[in-house]
Formats: sequence, C-alpha cells, structure tokens
Amino acid sequence: MNDMTAPVFRTRNLTRIFRMGEVEIQALRGVDLELYAGEFVVLLGASGSGKSTLLNILGGLDAASSGEVWYRGKDLSHADEKTLTEFRRYHVGFVFQFYNLIPSLTARENVAIVTEIARDPMAPADALRLVGLEARMDHFPAQLSGGEQQRVAIARAIAKRPEVLLCDEPTGALDSKTGIKVLEVLCNINRELGTTTAVITHNAVIADIANRTIRISDGRVSEVIHNPHPVAPDTLHW
Amino acid sequence: MRALNIKLLRNLWTLKGQGVAIAAVIAAGVAMYVMSLTALESLRLSQRSVYQNQHFAQVFANLKRAPEALGERLRDIPGIAILETRVQAPLNIQMPDFDEPITGLAISIPDASQPQLNRLFLRQGQLPDEYRDDEILVSEAFAEAHALKPGDHLAVVINGRYQALQVSGVALSPEYIYQIRPGDMFPDFSRYAIVWMNRTALEAAFGMDGAFNNVVLTLSPGFSHATVISHLDQLLEPWGGLGAYEREDQMSHRYLEQELQQIAVMARFLPLIFIGVAAFLLNVVTARLVRTQREQIAVLKAFGYNSVMVAGHYLAFTLSIVVVGAVVGILLGTWLASGLAGIYQDFFRFPWLEFRLRPAVVITAVLIAGGAAIAGTLSAVYRAFRLPPAEAMRPEPPAHYRRTVIERLGVHWMSQPTRMILRNLERQPLKAGFSVVGIGLAVAMMMLTGFQRGSIAFMLDVQFRLAQKQDVTVTFSEPAASRAIYEFLAMPGVTYAEGFRAAPAILRYGHREYRSAVQGYMPNSQLFNVLDAQLQPVTIPQEGILLTDHLAHILGVKPGDRLQVKIQEGRRPLLDIPVTGLVTEFVGVGAYMSKASLTRLLGESDTLSGVFLAVDTESLPALNRRLDEVPRVAGVTLRENTIRAFSRMMAETILVFMIFSMVMAGSIAFAVVYNTARIAFAERGRELASLRVLGFTRAEIAFILLGELLLLTLLAMPVGFVLGAGLCWLLTWGMQTDLYRVPLILTPATYAMAAAVVLTATLLSALTIGRSLMKLDMVSALKAAE
Repeated sequence: MNDMTAPVFRTRNLTRIFRMGEVEIQALRGVDLELYAGEFVVLLGASGSGKSTLLNILGGLDAASSGEVWYRGKDLSHADEKTLTEFRRYHVGFVFQFYNLIPSLTARENVAIVTEIARDPMAPADALRLVGLEARMDHFPAQLSGGEQQRVAIARAIAKRPEVLLCDEPTGALDSKTGIKVLEVLCNINRELGTTTAVITHNAVIADIANRTIRISDGRVSEVIHNPHPVAPDTLHW
Repeated sequence: MRALNIKLLRNLWTLKGQGVAIAAVIAAGVAMYVMSLTALESLRLSQRSVYQNQHFAQVFANLKRAPEALGERLRDIPGIAILETRVQAPLNIQMPDFDEPITGLAISIPDASQPQLNRLFLRQGQLPDEYRDDEILVSEAFAEAHALKPGDHLAVVINGRYQALQVSGVALSPEYIYQIRPGDMFPDFSRYAIVWMNRTALEAAFGMDGAFNNVVLTLSPGFSHATVISHLDQLLEPWGGLGAYEREDQMSHRYLEQELQQIAVMARFLPLIFIGVAAFLLNVVTARLVRTQREQIAVLKAFGYNSVMVAGHYLAFTLSIVVVGAVVGILLGTWLASGLAGIYQDFFRFPWLEFRLRPAVVITAVLIAGGAAIAGTLSAVYRAFRLPPAEAMRPEPPAHYRRTVIERLGVHWMSQPTRMILRNLERQPLKAGFSVVGIGLAVAMMMLTGFQRGSIAFMLDVQFRLAQKQDVTVTFSEPAASRAIYEFLAMPGVTYAEGFRAAPAILRYGHREYRSAVQGYMPNSQLFNVLDAQLQPVTIPQEGILLTDHLAHILGVKPGDRLQVKIQEGRRPLLDIPVTGLVTEFVGVGAYMSKASLTRLLGESDTLSGVFLAVDTESLPALNRRLDEVPRVAGVTLRENTIRAFSRMMAETILVFMIFSMVMAGSIAFAVVYNTARIAFAERGRELASLRVLGFTRAEIAFILLGELLLLTLLAMPVGFVLGAGLCWLLTWGMQTDLYRVPLILTPATYAMAAAVVLTATLLSALTIGRSLMKLDMVSALKAAE
C-alpha cells in the first residue's frame, strides 16, 4: 500500500480454456486485475470459479490462453520455461492447501531446500522462528501437526524473501483454530516483511483480514472490495 | 463387472510402458527357458531317433586281421543279436587346391547294400554300384567342406596305393554324428574324411581278401556288455584284437554325450536364473503397481466390492501382462530353439533333426512366471484391502523418515536433494534392497553370459602357448625306431624335432576305469609342457605317471596311489604304476610318463609313436607336401588348425548360446532398471512437482529422481559382481567334461562389459523418464493427493 501506482502484478483480459477431449471449459473469461506491493489480498470465490487457475497463471505454473500477465513490467504471458522457473525461484513464494512438504526432510531442511537455490535468503532457522516453530525445527513432517506443517510451508515460502506470497487455500485442510493461527502467521509476514500476499479461499470470513478482497465468479472479477480496517485473524470465527 | 473390465483395459493402457517392460522380462525369461530346453530336447530326441532307426551298434571291436570264417563263431557268442564284420582302412586324400594333408577312414559296407548296423542315411546320390570297385560314399561334413557332390572324383591313397575314386553319394552314419579324427580334440571336417566302400572293393584295396579287421554288434535283451565283450576279446585275441568296447566308449557317442551334457547344464542352469530373475521382478513390480492403486481399491471396497472381486480384477490386470509376455516368450523361444538346434546340427551331424515343443516345458515356464505375478499381486491387494476404506481414500500421511546413518555419524555438508535421495533409500531398505538385488541380478546375468569369451581365450592361450608349443604333430601308423626322427629333422622348414611314444590304455583304479592313452614324453621337452595348478611347467619324473587333475578326479586317485594301466596294443601288458603328481589341463585329459620309462614298461627298445616339430611358418606348404609322401605317417596335426577348429566349435556351440542369452540378459537389465525408475517416478511425482513450483529447474529435480536411480545402480554393481562371480563359478563347475574344462577367468573386461550394459540400460531408462519429467504437471501438485 506504499506505492499504489506501480502494481506488482497486472493482468489484462486474461482467459484460460481447458480442452478435455471434445469439451472446452472456459476457466477464465477475461480477468483484469492489479496486485500492489505490500498489500494483503484475498481472492474469494466458489469452487470452480477460476480462482486457482488465476493463481496458477500469476505464479507461472500455467499459461493463459489469451491476454497478458505482467510482473513488475515483465511480460509473463510470453515468457519461456527458463524465465518462468527463475521467476518462481527468486520472486514468488507458494503455500499449498496440502502443504506439500518433502517427507524425507526435516522442517529446517524443507526450508533449506529452497534457500539453497535462492539469492539472499534468510537462514532457515530465522524463517521458522518467524512462523513460531523454532522448537520444532528438527522434526520431520510426519512428526508435525497439520497446522505446524502449513507453517513450515509458509516458512519455506518466505525464506527466500519473495516479493509475492501466493497461497492456495492455505487453511483449507485445517480446523478453524489451526487455520486462524496460520492466517496470523501470514498477516505477520505481510506486516513485518512487506511481502505482497494473495490468499485464495472460498471462505468469505477470511476476507475481513485483507486490505482488498477480489471476488471471482464464473471466470471473471465480479467485485473488488477495499477494506480500510482489516481485522486481526484471532477475531474471526467459522 | 463390466465397468471393472473397462477399468482394467484403461489401467493397462495407462501403464503400457511398464506393462511392456514387464512383459519383456517375462518374454525373455520364458524364451530362454523354452529355447534351451527345447533345443536340448530336440538334440536328445534326434540322437535317440537316429540311433534307433539307423541301428547304431552297441559293441565295437578292432583287430589286426581275421578270416571271415571267424565271423560265424563270433555270432555264436550268447547274447549277440546282430553282428557284422567290416574292413576299415586308413586313407589319405589329395585334393587339388588344398595343400594340407587330409586323412580319413574307409569303412566297408556289404556290396551295394545297406549294412544291418550303423545304417547309412543317404543325403545325396546312391549306394556304390554292385559291379564297380571305384565308387564311394563320403561323409556329409567332409563333402560340405570341399563342396563334393555325386559324380565328383577323388584321388585317394589306400595302403600306399593311389586310386581314382568316384563319389556316388553323400551319407551320414550314427557312428559319426560327431566326426572326429582319433587323437584329435576337435572335429576338423576339411581335413578328416569318412568314406564308405563296397566290401569287395575295400578288401582288394587294403589287402584284406576274405578277412575283416572290425566288428560291430548289438546285444540281445537281457545280456550284459561285460560278458559279451569278454567272450569277444577271448575269440579275437589270437587275431590281434585290440579290446572290444561298448557304446559308452565309442568316440562319436562319447563326445556327443559330453557335449549334450554340457549343453544340458547350460540349458537347465541359465534359463532357471533367467526365469527366476523374471519372477522376482514380476513379484516386486506387480506389488508396487497395485500399491499405487490404493485409493481405487478403497473406493471399490466402499462401493461394496468384496476382496475376491477386487483381487480378481488386479489378477486379471497382471495376468494379462503375463499372458502377453508368455505368448511372446514361447513363440520367440520356439523360433530360437529351432535356430539353435540347426546351428548345433552343423556340428553334430544328425541325418535328421527331431523337433518338438513339449507342453511340459511351456507349462512350467508359464507357471513360474504366472505364479510370481500372482503372488506379488495378491500380497499387494491384501495389504490394500486391510485398510478401512475411509482411511485408504485419504491421502497418505507423510511417510516417516529419519536421519540417515551417514548423517548421524556426523556428515552434515550434504545438499537437501542429496539428503532426500539417501533418506529415501534408507527409509525403505527392503524396497531399495529389492531394486539393488534386481539390478545386481541383471549385472550377474550379463557376466554369466559374457565371461566365457575371456575364459575360452585364456584356455586357448594356456593350451597352445604354454603347454603345446609344437607347430606340427605327426603320428605314425606303427611305432617306429627313434632314429626316424632324423628323417623329419631333414624336412623343409623343420627347426627342431622331438619324438614321443603314446600307447592306448585302460586306466583303472579300484572299480573305476577310463579308456585313454599313456603319453611318453622327453622329460625336458622343448615343445610340450605339462603344467601344475599355477600353470608352471612340471618336469616329467623318470618313474611314475602324472595325471590330469580332472582324470584323477574321475578315477578317484591321488598322488601316491598306484594306478593299473592296461596297455591296449602290442603285447598288451598290465602295468602297475605309481601316480607321482597331478597336472592342470583345460583341454582333454591325459596320463604322462617319461618316454624312456614307458618304452621300458612296454618292453621295447627306443620307439616313437610320432614326432613333434617346430617349423618355420613359410615352409609349411612344402613340409605338408613332403609329409604326404611318407608312408608311415598316419596323421598330421597343425597347431593352427587345432586352434581354428576349437574356436569354431566354441563359436558354434557355447558362444552362439551365449549371444542369445546376452540379448535376453540385456533386455532384462533394461526392464529392471526401467521399472525401478518408473515406479520411483510414480511414487515421487507429486514431490517433484512441488519442487518445480518452488522454483527448481527440471535438471535439479531430475537429479533427485535419477540420482536415486544411479545410486541404486552403483550399489547394485558390487552386488552383481559377487553374484555374477558365484554364478560363473557354478556354471564352469557344472560344465566340466573330459573334452575341456572352461577355467573361471573373470577379466576386467567381463566386469566392465556387464557394468556398461546395465549402466546403458540405466541411461536409457533415465532418458525415458526424463521425457516424463519434462511433462510433469506442476498444477497437479497443488491439488489434493490422488
């Protein structure tokens, strides 16, 4: 929210069509949106609304069928595989619904696997401290609860000091109490490191903690809500 | 069940790569099994059928000369069914365009008709005309070597007299299925001929009018060889009988038996390993394949399918792969078997080849392969089924891992991907162990099929560079006085000559006996060495006898024991000689004495059976022409020819088999590695996709997957080397015959070759998997585990 004039992400008329045999599914039907530096955005939508597809395209995991995606003045829509890999490697942090930790690595090592290939990362221990897991650093995923695993995933995502944190249903697999703890961690990161954060969810309650909520329905941006007074996650209930 | 059948087909389609690889393993295993056993069976059947149909004799006897009237008395011996007297005469053949000496044997047949025993099979032409004394039949092997056909003329010397003979036909005899010159180690079809002539003509040519010098017979049922032979020997003794012998000691039969036994060892041993490896892999692979279907099994169970239906479904899945593999294997094996039997037939001159695919062989092969697949499938289905459906449908919780031994020992500098590889291997030691053993077996199989080349080269080297250094061996038709050696020293190109004395003998120790010859050599021979176990030359002692270790083993005799030696020529003394030591020989078996000691025991003054010559290579043609003119020369053996004949025999028997096996082993190696990689990929796909999302390049995730594969392959190398060395030892041990014993020589090349093939298979698998890695779907990683 420091610099509202230069968006981190900008999309223009983004479409994505999946061809499943003879059926065409239009997941995105012309999405125009901007994400600004340092803001906390919730992308809200029902299942099948196209929000995950949008996040995948923003994160360089998927290519749009038409339209443009710009990241800080770089055209991602026409980037090659190498550029996209570098983009993910140096600029984006991902948090998945199912954590996707490497079971054979400890919490610290799961973070290290990313910091080893990053430029100017923080120490894995520092990242884990930020998510409140300093005591569990040498545990393997199988020894951690779901919430803890998700916090390791967040630590792994932020350890490279990414400019953008993309979270796909980060609380989707968690109970509400654990989910709120995870959201607190995300808010703290956003506040302390100034990382632009986009959280995908179908849970409307979560929108209250965001600076902006972008509602996606039927492959389009149907509504953008500015929230001048985001609340703290611990006030949420669902 | 229809929906389930459709699912079956789709599963098969999705897993076609792995399915094909598994089917290939089965096909290779089954093909090896069917090929080996069917080829062996075919040779055995042919042997039996030829012996029976051509009335192969059971007892054979040679003598100097007896009047035909004696034949009637011989027929009166109780226990004889059919007895035929024959004339046999050594001969020399001169072929235009063929410089080297050709020797042979002429055998009489009743004028213009088939003998009752050892009937001839006419491949071309006809029996000699009744009223012509210049027509002969030639053996097929010799005819082929010189492109002879009926109507061709031959210049033949019998009994020192030149004769122009005409080929009336090309024939095969059960007596010469393995056509080899007596005293030779290997057949040489272009330099040794068997010809058949009318009795009257041969009697005239050999000066045997109204007489015979050879007897063949069959026994009536219920009579023993031994009594008939002793009767026969008694009656033949006054006529210069050389001792009758039974079929077991007939040269062609004995060599054929030994070769067949050797093939049998290979044919039973190798395919068992092949099919065993295939079964092992099949078990592992089907079990893993079913495990990847864990959720689907849970869903089926949730819908109310019972375990029998689910098990049936997955059994149908693996069995359809087995059936494809088995059918391909049976067809391939049958095809290869007929090819292999055909190649052997070049060598074993069967008039015809019986070929039969025995159902038992096919059924056994299919049962072994199918059983392994069924066991693997059922164990996996059972494990999947034990889970409550709800639990099985949930994504699997993160697997339990721990730090590896290396890390606990204090190694901390590893990168995370390296840690992943090591922990993954250590977490499932059994799985990693199976992969290592599987790949190791592929390495072992490659060694097993590859080592013989090096071993045979070594064997040849020892035999012909260390032991037998003479360029030419000349054998005399009768023992000659030792001054004959000067005649040879004067011949063109001869730089050195040394005489030897050899006497046919029966060696006996206790109840065991062996029909061979005693060789008397100069104690400090320049041209012939006997070697000890370290391949160092052994000096032949002045007294006593040295035995080839293999022969000592056959007789059960050791140094210090006294051996009974019944000499089979001249006055046929029965000697009692101490065994003074053992010598190592890879080719043939022998009994060696000093020449002086042997001639003294024979009661002779200084005599020779032949000479060893060292010769300038350029002078060989001139020497050959000169040797042709010496009447007492019965045979001339050139070292180079022996080496060539031996190489040819090896190439046509063992090595052909080995090349077939090597192709099979190579494909199994590939299938093992490919399946290991494919399964690892299926199990780790999600993890790898996640890493891609986190910014890892394709090369970096390839390292994690292929690094594991490579590490498994490298771990498998020493395992494979040890397994391979063991199997090679077993094979050489099982293949020992009197003819030759392939030494166990594992050269670096053998190891390198096995390693190279398996590493290539790994590389090819890596490339195939690499293509899948390229197409890895990152978005799928974000979704719930399937």
